[in-house]
Amino acid sequence: MSARAIIESGRPVGCVPWPRYLLDASRWAQLASPSDLALLGLWGEAGMAHAAFLDEARMQVLLASVAAPEGHIPALSQGRPGAALFERMLRDLYAIEAEGGDPRGWLDHGRWPVLGPLSAHPTRHAPDPTPMEFLPVAGEGVHVIPVGPIHAGVIEPGHFRFHVQGEIIVRLELRLGYTHKGLLTLMQGKSPRAAARFAARLSGDSTVAHGLAFARAAEAAQGVEIPPRAAAIRAAMLELERLHNHLNDLGFIANDAAFAVIHARAGLVREELLRAQFAAFGHRLMMDGLQPGGVAQDLTPEGVAALRVALAAIEAELPVLLGYYESHASLQDRVLGTGTMSADLVAAFAPGGVVGRAAGRAFDARLLTGELAPEALILQSGADVDARWRQRYAEALQSIAFLAALLARLPEGPLTTPMTQRGGEGIALVEGFRGECLAWMRLDDGGLIEACFLRDPSWLHWPLLEAAVIGNIVADFPLINKSINGSYSGVDL
Amino acid sequence: MLWPRLVRNLVSRPLTDPAPPPVAPEIIAELRARLEEASQARLGRSLAIRHMDSGSCNGCELEINALQNVAHDLERFGLRFVASPRHADILLVTGPLSRNMAEALLRARAATPEPVWVVALGDCAVDGGIFKGSYAVLGGVDAALPVDLVIPGCPPSPTQILEGLVALIEANA
Ligand code: SF4
Repeated sequence: MSARAIIESGRPVGCVPWPRYLLDASRWAQLASPSDLALLGLWGEAGMAHAAFLDEARMQVLLASVAAPEGHIPALSQGRPGAALFERMLRDLYAIEAEGGDPRGWLDHGRWPVLGPLSAHPTRHAPDPTPMEFLPVAGEGVHVIPVGPIHAGVIEPGHFRFHVQGEIIVRLELRLGYTHKGLLTLMQGKSPRAAARFAARLSGDSTVAHGLAFARAAEAAQGVEIPPRAAAIRAAMLELERLHNHLNDLGFIANDAAFAVIHARAGLVREELLRAQFAAFGHRLMMDGLQPGGVAQDLTPEGVAALRVALAAIEAELPVLLGYYESHASLQDRVLGTGTMSADLVAAFAPGGVVGRAAGRAFDARLLTGELAPEALILQSGADVDARWRQRYAEALQSIAFLAALLARLPEGPLTTPMTQRGGEGIALVEGFRGECLAWMRLDDGGLIEACFLRDPSWLHWPLLEAAVIGNIVADFPLINKSINGSYSGVDL
Repeated sequence: MLWPRLVRNLVSRPLTDPAPPPVAPEIIAELRARLEEASQARLGRSLAIRHMDSGSCNGCELEINALQNVAHDLERFGLRFVASPRHADILLVTGPLSRNMAEALLRARAATPEPVWVVALGDCAVDGGIFKGSYAVLGGVDAALPVDLVIPGCPPSPTQILEGLVALIEANA
């Protein structure tokens, strides 16, 4: 039985635009075998676990659920390594144990006053932080380098435990969860309009992408159609966010190879773009610029003009950056063949975004909605730091072209459609600069959030970072890490 | 040809923005009074900053990083970021104070030599922001440490951050 057939044998529960099926535990357990469906994410609600899969051949999403009346479900991580971190989160937040999975905590460091905050019956708990457990490493001359949670630069916190032999990394294990803010709990019981502020702050660099996924899921749940002008402004915001973040990454990756000139020049044109975004949207990062039902502000001709000036400067600058990047052997030496992800790992984790496409994986969430034509999909094959830099470079140019077309043809009309107070269930995938941002929610009869999940693409990138650094030297770690650029806050929730 | 380049450089504008307008004298006076109260030690016209993320969404970090770009050029004001709290005069804290980061924040503070300024950057660091009241959040930075200066905003722009930090230098001079 194919994985699709297993899921479709369940009882359909309405979810828009992709269906969700309720499976019994034995059918759910069969989904653990690797198949032609890629795991997108795994999450929960009180007494229930949900998983989202991507059918890559048909470019469709499929959802499966299993009840956990006793607080147990069969683990999917046995055959699908990408499920492992989700299952650890499932226990920490929903008090649902994946039997056969990794028994160690993930987000819960023993410091909260409550256990299973999103479970049916959260229990009070006196905080007692226990030392974290790490996988053992044995061998001659192996030593440990613990790093974090506070890192040396201006970045988010997380703990990295390196095992090294000489200069070579033999194992890296991450512990995240330091920025856990209880965001999903705060969204419960609110209207999508009121909760949108939280979605916009799951990961500040992806405020548009997560905000848009959340808004589209809410609109799908209530059957709300937004006006064409709002859709076009949102599309422009999404490409602008991709562009300013890609510029950041192009600069920071080069900087980690001590090539500051690319960083300085990319930083300057990015700054001009952020100022144009402020002129056009009233916020440098466009935070809260969209909400369920439409957009928060119009894009005026002056705003468009400011954006065009900044875009022209970036378009002129990018080839200069590429020139620097390609013409210095010392830089090429650092990036080529560094942090390579093996083809089996890429197949096993099915990562999205730049990380996946730089390893030849032909997926972009914009394909699902027709925002990107299949022939316009950009891919690299190297799966190393260089491929990830080049992927971002090519996508930045493509975003500029998309923006030119979008800004030239903004349809006229209203900016919002009123949201209703209807119940329903909706899901959306939006391609942010890191990859696909997934939002799912179920609204109760009064149109308030009963259950909701926001899944950042970094869930599948962090474990690949652990794998990609093996066999590399410690000094290349910052470079590899930057080339993947996982979000901490996005997965810490 | 050297001439065209020379001429271009002579007439072109610098990439770096002009300095922010002077800060209100009352604010400087108040900060100066607080510094004197805290310590007699003089730090000079140069301050080393250690950034600490106590649970932010990474929005504040993007703007702190933008502060170091060519347009803002933080170092011309004598401000620079350092890797260790042991080298810092300022702890620049972002994000609501998550329960999972509180101990790390206190340890970093303990490792910072006196005198030190604690700056709460962003609405979250001021009082927990939209995350106030969550089981996972203790509140703003002041739930764990006395705060000397707050820079509100979500996130504050690099110019707003610069104004706050330059005020600290002035108070210190
Ligand atoms: S103040 Fe705003 S940008 Fe800064 S951490 Fe809080 S939510 Fe993010």
